[in-house]
Amino acid sequence: MANFLLLLHQTPSRFRNLSPEEIQKILGSYIAWRDALVKRNKMRAGEKLTNDGGRHLRAHDGKVSVTDGPYSESQEILGGFFMIEAADYGEAVEIARTCPHLGEGKWIEVRQVDAVH
Amino acid sequence: MGQRSENVDQLVDHLFRQEFGRMVSRLARILGAPRLAMAEDAVQYAMLQALQLWPYQGAPEFPQAWLAKVAYHRALDVLKGERKLRFYDDEKEFELKNKIEELQTTGTAESLRFSQEVADERLALIFVCCHPELPRSASVALTLKVVCGFGVEEIARAFLSTETAIEQRLVRAKRTIRDRALRCEVPDPGQLEERLGAVFEVLYLLFTEGYAATAGDRLIKNDLCAEAIRLADSLAENSATAQPECHALLALMLFQAARLPARTDALGDLILLEEQDRSLWDRSMIHLGLLHLDKAARGDKLSAYHLQAEIAAMHSTTGHFTLTNWENILALYDLLREKQPTPVVLINRAVAVAQIQGPAAGLAALKAIPVDSQVEQYPFLHAAEGEFHRRLGHSSEAEISFHRALDFARTEPQQRFLLRKLAALRGPVM
Repeated sequence: MANFLLLLHQTPSRFRNLSPEEIQKILGSYIAWRDALVKRNKMRAGEKLTNDGGRHLRAHDGKVSVTDGPYSESQEILGGFFMIEAADYGEAVEIARTCPHLGEGKWIEVRQVDAVH
Repeated sequence: MGQRSENVDQLVDHLFRQEFGRMVSRLARILGAPRLAMAEDAVQYAMLQALQLWPYQGAPEFPQAWLAKVAYHRALDVLKGERKLRFYDDEKEFELKNKIEELQTTGTAESLRFSQEVADERLALIFVCCHPELPRSASVALTLKVVCGFGVEEIARAFLSTETAIEQRLVRAKRTIRDRALRCEVPDPGQLEERLGAVFEVLYLLFTEGYAATAGDRLIKNDLCAEAIRLADSLAENSATAQPECHALLALMLFQAARLPARTDALGDLILLEEQDRSLWDRSMIHLGLLHLDKAARGDKLSAYHLQAEIAAMHSTTGHFTLTNWENILALYDLLREKQPTPVVLINRAVAVAQIQGPAAGLAALKAIPVDSQVEQYPFLHAAEGEFHRRLGHSSEAEISFHRALDFARTEPQQRFLLRKLAALRGPVM
């Protein structure tokens, strides 16, 4: 078994006036997906990241420069991540495939956490 | 926001929709009716926050408390931003802060909050949304949006209208509430009767909008019926408003809603009472309706809702169309005609007349209805006329009437229904 990061990319969706019922429906699909993984003991963690570009740090000639990450309404950002447990990329991809995140303007990057076996 | 739950499989059905109304009720009570939009925005904000966070963290153990906390904080932030404005007052800020503190000390109390308080807050909000100074159509939309937690797009879908049109209606209504300083409170006993009358009207409009077999999303329309019943039920439960008339209205809605499963076919076409499969009627709803009709009889007031509910009860408790007691129904329509001589009532009365005295008498009753341009455009009038002609064997008159009905029919199911009637006229004689 290995751990995999599901990195959820998205463009910050413009404000849409979703109704309470619609919001609940979307949430319901996420909660069901997440809880199924929790029950199978495959969900390790999950966090949302703030809606901004973060900070970028670079060292150059011994000096560290810090800049704001690029951020605009139209630019893609890393919205959040899940860490799941899976046997291999095959299983991790199958899990990611069912994630409600997948939709127009959104995609998921699956990365395996490297570890000594 | 650290609470995480690993065992909440799903949220309770319509939780967000219902919480929306509940939280807006509370915030509107604290902030006052002129800040209704602010209350709505704060609640919407909290729900969008949930949409952002819960996918990753799972639903919190106490979703209501989570949402309330975020909404209160948001309202407080926005309120503080108003400090410089002329109508600012500290009192509301103080009360909001208290609420937030209360929430922090009691934690889970949001879901356990004193139910009478919740009911009273909602009642106050219903009264301001259904204020007689607002146009009824605006009240229906506003009640759906604010009290019932429907989205603008959902309301537009139910009313076959556009989002822009509904949005404008809502904005105007809220402006009226602000400009005329309408209050978010249960009216004084002296005014209660009149104000309650307006509330009943709005609730029944809301129900009939959902009940109408017009085109439009059937699921949403069924939700409208359910909401109207839920609100009427909450009024019937509250000692301040539990008048016999309220029970009558609730009974009427229950009897009609009980027939919903039998009222349309797979295509969404209307099935007439005569042809409905009565085994599909919801027995438990009818039973509940009868209980409320009983409670409705505990006063000396006989309202139009009483009479309509009595008529609906007669149909609902009759096992087969041929067993219908039309004499009793006609007697009730005669009483109803005195209270409410609307075209719908008069046409329905003519149908009862025709059942007892034959189609010629039915035609005569229809002819006696004063016709203005609005009634003239009412397809049901011409359809009934056509039906009576058909039964009398006047095929050409029937055809003319059905064609007139078709001219005024506004929805596809109505049109299909009339086309079937016309086709049957030309087909083999029954």
